[in-house]
Amino acid sequence: MSDVIDRPILAEEEAARSRLRIIDCDVHPSIHAHADIEQFLPKRWQQHLRTYGSHLRTPYIGTTPYPRSSPLIARRDAWPPTGGPPGSDLDFMRKQHLDPLDIEYGILQVLDLFIFSQQNLEFGAAIQRAINDWQLAFWSDRDPRLKASILAGQDDTEFAIAEIERCAKIGRYVQINVCPRANEPLGRRRYWPIYARAQELGLPLGIHVGGYGGHAPTGGGWPSYYVEEHQSNAHTMAAQLTSLVLEGVPERFPNLKIVFIEGGFGWIPSATWRMERHFEAFRDEVPHLKRRPSEYVKEHFWFTTQPIDEPDEGRHLRSLIEWVGADRLLFSSDYPHWDFDDPRYAFKTPLTEAERRKIFNGNARAVYKF
Amino acid sequence: MARHIVARTSDIPPGGNKVFGVEGRDIVVFHVNGEFFALLNRCPHEGAPLVKAACVARLTSPEPGVYQRSRVGELLRCPWHGWEFDMRNGQSWFDPQRVKVRSYPVAVESGEELQKGPYVAETFPVRVEDNYVIVEV
Repeated sequence: MSDVIDRPILAEEEAARSRLRIIDCDVHPSIHAHADIEQFLPKRWQQHLRTYGSHLRTPYIGTTPYPRSSPLIARRDAWPPTGGPPGSDLDFMRKQHLDPLDIEYGILQVLDLFIFSQQNLEFGAAIQRAINDWQLAFWSDRDPRLKASILAGQDDTEFAIAEIERCAKIGRYVQINVCPRANEPLGRRRYWPIYARAQELGLPLGIHVGGYGGHAPTGGGWPSYYVEEHQSNAHTMAAQLTSLVLEGVPERFPNLKIVFIEGGFGWIPSATWRMERHFEAFRDEVPHLKRRPSEYVKEHFWFTTQPIDEPDEGRHLRSLIEWVGADRLLFSSDYPHWDFDDPRYAFKTPLTEAERRKIFNGNARAVYKF
Repeated sequence: MARHIVARTSDIPPGGNKVFGVEGRDIVVFHVNGEFFALLNRCPHEGAPLVKAACVARLTSPEPGVYQRSRVGELLRCPWHGWEFDMRNGQSWFDPQRVKVRSYPVAVESGEELQKGPYVAETFPVRVEDNYVIVEV
């Protein structure tokens, strides 16, 4: 009746499951109340937040351009019984997510206040700094499984560098997050000082797709529907991978690790094949590239798995994993959002024990140095 | 298939639902438009608890811009990924060949039909005339 759920589970997979703890590279905490974040903001910006709210590049404050599939894009079962938005109650997160799924580490990805979309760069910097502090005080300090990312929007490069330095001194952040939809493609040189600092500090660069920058989310303009807009995350990731590789970021920063978050991974083979073919024809346009695009992709980039692609036939997912490489994939759940992936059921194809160990734990352990 | 009494009809208000443990399985019972439906409390896609599903209508569109609702409240929308299932038989409305929620027959019966006790107390006919209750002995 339902071959999706009744797919054969390898005996070794069953045995491995009982021992393998999960590293979840995409967990979304939310601000329970504005007061929680205000304590980390200078008075001037507290007042600004109260008076103007946070700005998004859409017509109305507090809205998104499309109605989401569910309120706050959340799982319907993720609203804490104590009130507040999904992801805002640590005890409930522990009970619903961290404990039952045996999460060894969860990497925090904050989206609140549209952190990377602020046009007032000073306000943007203030709330990024406040959220960086809030991540420790409200999450990492209270549960050592939860690891914070340094939010450092790259369009204010000077701020980004200062914030990276400040947080790196504290020493408890595991990655540097930049905006997925900045003013210019991510490979541009104006952003390189950030990449240089990330490389020196040994911190991976995290790019969590979503939100709105100054551009329509697709190369073709503004879509009509959420289902259409959601699809654009893959386009954005493909565009940013192409920019980073062809502008020479991994060539210039050979020890920089780059993690693409929440973009899935189905689009990678096609994007890479295309770059590869074009590189063969036009390599003298980009003589700064010393190696083939696919080599950079396979050595410098990691990709979180959610939202996982679900082809009709499991063997196609199998091929995809093999092509991208089990050593490139980092499991992520996207808790508590509606398109959450459950580590027990998300992969509709059997994985070998070696693959499971890499995807659910080993790769993240190495990338983030746990 | 053994019969299990899970609740009184009044325990599940119209539009509501409740989960019952039956033979080691969590079964969710929905009350919609006077009917009761029972399904396994687990989405066959990734295991989400269907007790948190939205009860929605079937929405169809003969052409862009024209929408029709039918079977209001009888379709379940999974709380995670939004897969839709028919409450009557657990059938998925998308990719029906592959994905189906296990469903169970539900009946509403009076307590008397379910279990008649061995003892019978003596009863007496009662009549009401004007403002007086009259018991005939």
